[in-house]
Amino acid sequence: MAVSKEARDKTGGGKATGAASPNGQQPAAEQTPDLGGERLLELYRKMLLIRVFEEATQRAFRQGKIGGYLHVYIGQEAVATGFLDAYREGDKVITAYRDHAHALLLGSDPNAVMAELYGRGTGIVKGKGGSMHLFDVERGLMGGYGIVGGHIPLGVGMAYALRYEGTEGIVQLYLGDGAIHNGAYHEAANLAGLWGKSGMNPTLFIIENNQYGMGTSVERATAMTDLGAKFDSYGIEHEKVDGMDVAAVIACARRATARVRETGRPYAVEALTYRTAPHGAADIKESYRTREEINQWRQRDPLGLVEQRLLDSGAADEGRLGALRDEVKARVDEAVRFADESPEPPLDELHTDVYADVAAQQETEPTHA
Amino acid sequence: MPAKTIVEAVHDGLREEMARDERVILLGEDVGFKGGVFKVSVGLMDEFGPERVVDTPLAESGIVGTAIGAAINGLLPVAEIQFADFIHPAMDQIMNEAAKIRYRSNGDFGCPIVIRAPFGGGIHGALYHSQSVEALFAHIPGLKVVIPSNPYDAKGLLKAAIRDPDPVMFFEHKRTYRLFRQEIPDEDYTVPIGPLRIAREGDDLTVIAYGLMLHYALEAAETVAKEGISVEIVDLRTLVPLDKETILGSVKKTGKALVVHEDTRTGGFGGEIAAIIAEEAFEFLDGPVRRLTGPDVPAMPFSKALEHEFMPNPERIAQAMRDLAAY
Repeated sequence: MAVSKEARDKTGGGKATGAASPNGQQPAAEQTPDLGGERLLELYRKMLLIRVFEEATQRAFRQGKIGGYLHVYIGQEAVATGFLDAYREGDKVITAYRDHAHALLLGSDPNAVMAELYGRGTGIVKGKGGSMHLFDVERGLMGGYGIVGGHIPLGVGMAYALRYEGTEGIVQLYLGDGAIHNGAYHEAANLAGLWGKSGMNPTLFIIENNQYGMGTSVERATAMTDLGAKFDSYGIEHEKVDGMDVAAVIACARRATARVRETGRPYAVEALTYRTAPHGAADIKESYRTREEINQWRQRDPLGLVEQRLLDSGAADEGRLGALRDEVKARVDEAVRFADESPEPPLDELHTDVYADVAAQQETEPTHA
Repeated sequence: MPAKTIVEAVHDGLREEMARDERVILLGEDVGFKGGVFKVSVGLMDEFGPERVVDTPLAESGIVGTAIGAAINGLLPVAEIQFADFIHPAMDQIMNEAAKIRYRSNGDFGCPIVIRAPFGGGIHGALYHSQSVEALFAHIPGLKVVIPSNPYDAKGLLKAAIRDPDPVMFFEHKRTYRLFRQEIPDEDYTVPIGPLRIAREGDDLTVIAYGLMLHYALEAAETVAKEGISVEIVDLRTLVPLDKETILGSVKKTGKALVVHEDTRTGGFGGEIAAIIAEEAFEFLDGPVRRLTGPDVPAMPFSKALEHEFMPNPERIAQAMRDLAAY
């Protein structure tokens, strides 16, 4: 199961708000919203679905059912859960390759996501993409991207288009700590800041700082480890949030999304989090970090913190949590079964969607000013 | 002689050149502490220190651009691009700086850089971990393009590339990294950049291939040999500068040519080979020059079935050999 009782016992009463992360960085003290018991349970269920889903993908990887590269979100659940809690219809979400959680939170069918990871024809992009390249435009997921940094300009362009079209939508643009050193980030952040001056760039940059770009820690990748401060160069305001505490993330996300929506200006949040799973499912040996460090972060496991809060407040007892786990597990088992039983894509799928259907294109009417 | 894989051979080549010449440095993503995602540089940071084995952020343009600067100023950098698919942010540096330095400085400055990158599919890597990019670079005068297909050549060509005064793109097919072992000398040797190798002798047709496809072609040649078709295979281990003589010599002997590559068809390197054969060996041909390549689709899909459909394989190559032999 997701979080051991021992780990939960070590969380120390679930008092997580604004706590320092083990690397010593201090997020802004955050007044956590008063999340009622049922609401907290619902958030817990979402995070649990991600955790159990990801554990199932790791199992399938070990069984050889998922091949290639697989990057799971274990340890980081509170970040996307908290920010996507503030998602409104019409918003767009774009992220890098650690993207399963974002799809699940936006409501993508777990069956279709799992089938995609299996490379099946019933997958969310018909088996073409796999783990790193999910897409669900209908639900606002504008894609997971396998080239680090490559998606950042795209997100900024999407935000421009949203305002150009006169919508209220914003872009939640997720990027990892590793991506911020790539040229694509710097060019795009500059444009976002510039266009934001005239209210034309409602981009919320969400830095999922999980402390490592693959095997290289933040400290070994930059002399300026305050990643939020990188946005200063581009006139974009920013803050930090404790990315292990979903309540803190939700409070931050509400404020940040409202601000971006109202002003049309970009804003950045550095969520301090930790990937307790390896970078990729095949990375068994992790010479770049210690077991102690992983265990230290596990004590503030995002699911563990919520479990503790639920139990402490009396919103749920072990029986209720157990029932929830069984329910989520059954849902994930169904997704695994669906993926297992799904057929391979038809071979002519290799040649579809290379170019637009020209006949259909001609039917598109121009938009007149 | 010890039997080595291509990964081990590349590692040995790097290590020997670093020991031989302190101007050689490595830089790239996770090349140091982690020893590279494919374990090519395991142990080198411990042995040579962090000033010579430099872990970089995920910044390809920076990796290549700074390597070029170091090369112009006297070092012999080997830049690793973790996957060939990630190389495009560095395209400007490679195409506009590395390739043109010698030409624009009246030969005063060279750019003795090696850019290593694993390429190719067949490992279920999907859109951004499967591409073949060699044709893009073969198109740029000023660069050399090398693709070894076996451990002996991997070590020997890499050492030659590091000692070469000009920029060398060194592509390693990742599916071949641990595909087989070959006995290679422990001592110093180089394999010159340029001359091609006849990987198999035959009379009925010539197949020109490189990387993983070379091995698939050899396998296919075994199959059709049992049917009485004798295939000669040229290992295109250097694309640029191109050893036309070896290709033309073989085609003039057999009268037929088939180029096999995994890269997509249009604008692929096979078209260049076909053009050269048509221009310079036309009278010797007993059939059309044919290509067996990846299809013109934007990326190799993730799905195992679709990936298989994308990749040329020994069965398809054998069929192409039969068809051409029967022409």
